Amino acid sequence: MTNEQCTTLKVLDNVPFGQVSGEHLFFALRLERPEWKNWQPGQFVMVRPSGWAMDMLWARPFSICRVSNRDLVLFFQVVGRGTRRMATLKSGDEVMVWGPLGNGFAVEPDTPTLLLAGGIGIAPFVGYVHSHPKPWNLHMEFGHRMPLNCYPYESINEKIMGDAHLEEKPEDLTLFIERMDKRIQEYGEQNGLVLACGPTPFLRTVQHLALKHKVRCQLSLETRMACGVGACLGCVTKVSDDMHANGVAAGRAQVCNHGPVFWADQVNLSEG
Amino acid sequence: MDMRLNLPGLPDFSFKNPILTASGTFGYGIEFAPYGDLTTLGGIVVKGLSLAPRAGNPMPRIAETPCGMLNAVGLQNSGVESFIKDKLPKLPWRDLPVIANIYACDPGEFAELTSVLAREQGIAAIEVNISCPNVKEGGILFGQDAAQAARVTEAVKRVAGDKPVIIKLSPNVTDITTIAKAVEDAGADMLSCINTLSGMGVDIRTRKPLLANVIGGLSGPAIKPVALRCVWQVCRAVNIPVIGIGGIASAEDVLEFMLVGAHAVQVGTANFVRPDFSFRLVREFEQLVQKMGITDLEEFRGSLKA
Ligand SMILES: Cc1cc2nc3c(=O)[nH]c(=O)nc-3n(C[C@H](O)[C@H](O)[C@H](O)COP(=O)(O)OP(=O)(O)OC[C@H]3O[C@@H](n4cnc5c(N)ncnc54)[C@H](O)[C@@H]3O)c2cc1C
Ligand SMILES: Cc1cc2nc3c(=O)[nH]c(=O)nc-3n(C[C@H](O)[C@H](O)[C@H](O)COP(=O)(O)O)c2cc1C
Ligand code: FES
Repeated sequence: MTNEQCTTLKVLDNVPFGQVSGEHLFFALRLERPEWKNWQPGQFVMVRPSGWAMDMLWARPFSICRVSNRDLVLFFQVVGRGTRRMATLKSGDEVMVWGPLGNGFAVEPDTPTLLLAGGIGIAPFVGYVHSHPKPWNLHMEFGHRMPLNCYPYESINEKIMGDAHLEEKPEDLTLFIERMDKRIQEYGEQNGLVLACGPTPFLRTVQHLALKHKVRCQLSLETRMACGVGACLGCVTKVSDDMHANGVAAGRAQVCNHGPVFWADQVNLSEG
Repeated sequence: MDMRLNLPGLPDFSFKNPILTASGTFGYGIEFAPYGDLTTLGGIVVKGLSLAPRAGNPMPRIAETPCGMLNAVGLQNSGVESFIKDKLPKLPWRDLPVIANIYACDPGEFAELTSVLAREQGIAAIEVNISCPNVKEGGILFGQDAAQAARVTEAVKRVAGDKPVIIKLSPNVTDITTIAKAVEDAGADMLSCINTLSGMGVDIRTRKPLLANVIGGLSGPAIKPVALRCVWQVCRAVNIPVIGIGGIASAEDVLEFMLVGAHAVQVGTANFVRPDFSFRLVREFEQLVQKMGITDLEEFRGSLKA
C-alpha cells in the first residue's frame, strides 16, 4: 500500500557537520516528523523550501537519513544552486516534502551484509543500520574525500563495524578499490549481500566487482530529478529486458519510482 | 460558481472546469493519484503515445533553467496498446476527461493510432502532437508546414469518429496563425498551444551541453509571455476553441490566458513544483474568480482591451 504525501514541514534545525576550507558544506537538516505510516531505508523524499520562488522550479531528492518519533533527518552536501540555498535554512522555516518515494534497500536480517558508501552516499545507511534487526550482521566500507567529521559516520560506527578510507591521492582510490574487491569476493563466498550508494563512477566500480564475484548486490542510483513520482521520465536508467515492470518502456526505467535501488545485474550505468 | 465549460461546435463535450494537465508532465495520471482527487481536474492529457514502444533519448534528458526547464525525453512510452491495457483502466475515466496525446512519423501512422484510440470508451478526445522538437524523423516538419499539418489533421479526423480532435501547435514557426488556420480548415475541433520552445543549455566547466541530445524543449514560467502572445494571435485567427499552454503556474495565469481568448488551459512544468499543484490550482482558481467578482467566465474570456 502506498502512503506518499506532499506536506509542508517546519525546520527544527539545520546543523553543520565539519568544515572544508573554513566553510560548512555538510548539514543535517532536521524536520518535523511527517505523518507516514511506514518507510524503508534507501527511500528518499523530494524537498523544496517554501521560500523558493519560481526561478528554481524543481524540488531536490534526498535520501531519508533517519526517522524518529519526533523528526525526519536528511543529510546533505552543498554542491550547487539548490543545496547552497538549503544551507541557509533556519529553525522555523518551512519546506515542502513529498515522499517516502522509491523502493529502499533489501533487509535480510540473517544474511551477512556489506554496506559500501562513497561520500554523501553514506546518508541512507544511517537509517539502514539503525533500523536493522540484527546489526551485528552488517559491516561498512566508507570511501570519502572530505574530513571524516563532515559525515554522519560516527552514528553508524556506534552501531556496527566500519572502515573509513580517506582518498587524498590517486593511490588511495586504487587501495580502496582493491579493498572493496577483496571484501566483495568474501561476501560472494559466504552467499552474502552487498548494498552500495555513492556517485555513479563509484557504483560502476561496485557493479563491475559484484558481477565478477557473482554476489547479490543492490545499487542506489543518483540522477537529476524533476517530479520524483515517475511522471516526467527525466531520471531514467537503462535496464535489462527482464525488468519489464509496469511503466518500463523499451529498456529504460525511471530511477525515482522503479529505483533508486536496483539489482546490479539489472542496470546498465553507461549513460548520464 | 459553475466552472463548467461548454465548447462551441462540440455540443456533447464539456470540461467541469478549465484546468487540465499537459502531456508529458502528468505521466499517465496514476502517478499523481496519491496527491489529490483526479476527478476534480478539468481533464488530463496523458504522456505522448506512439504505435510501437519508444526508448526515447539518452540521459541526461532534463535540465533546470531560470524559471523553466529543458527536456529532450524524446517521447519515451510503452506504446498505445500497453496504455490501453495497463494504464487506462486504472484511471477514473468516467468522471475525468482523459485526452490521449499522440505522436507519429507520418499521416498514415497518426491515423492508425487514432483508430485504435477512437474505439476506447475511456478516451474523451485525441490531442495530436505535430510539434515535438525532440524526434528526428520529421516530427518538426508537420508542425512547421501548413500543408503537412493539414494533411495530418485530415488523416486523423477521417478515423476519429465522434472523438474531438485537438491539434497541438508549435511555437517554433514564423507565423503560428498560418498553421492554426490550415488545421482549422482541415477539420480540427480544437487547438492547443503551445508546445515547448526549442532551446539549449551548456556547462562552461565540463564544456558539455546540459542535454545529451544538445537541443531540447524549453518550458515553464520562462515561456509564458511567448505562449500568451501565441494564444492571443491564434484566438483572433480561428473560430474553434483554443486551450492555452505555457508556463501556467498560478490562478492569475489561468485568467490571463482566458483574457486573451483561451477556453481552457493545460498546466505543464508547474506539476513538478509539487505533485499536488494542479489540484490546488483548481481550488485557487475558483477562489480567485470569486474574489474578482467574475460571474460569467464566458463573458470574461477574450475581453482583452487591446
Ligand atoms: C535518490 C537520491 C537520493 C539522494 N540523496 C542525497 C542525500 O541524502 N544527500 C545529498 O547531499 N545528496 C543526495 N542526492 C543528490 C542531491 O539530490 C543533489 O546533490 C542535489 O539535487 C543537487 O542540487 P543543487 O541544486 O545543489 O545542484 P545543481 O545546481 O542542480 O547541480 C550542481 C551539480 O550537482 C549535480 N547534480 C544535480 N542533481 C543531482 C543529483 N540528483 N544527483 C547527483 N548529482 C546531481 C549537477 O549535475 C551539477 O553537477 C540524492 C540524489 C538522488 C537521486
Ligand atoms: C518533460 C516534458 C515532457 C513533455 N512531453 C510531451 C509529450 O509527450 N507530448 C506533447 O505534446 N507535449 C509534451 N510536452 C510539452 C508540454 O505538454 C507543454 O506543451 C509544454 O511543457 C509547455 O507548457 P508548460 O510551460 O506549462 O510546461 C512535454 C513537456 C515536458 C516538460
Ligand atoms: S523524476 Fe520525474 S520520472 Fe523520475
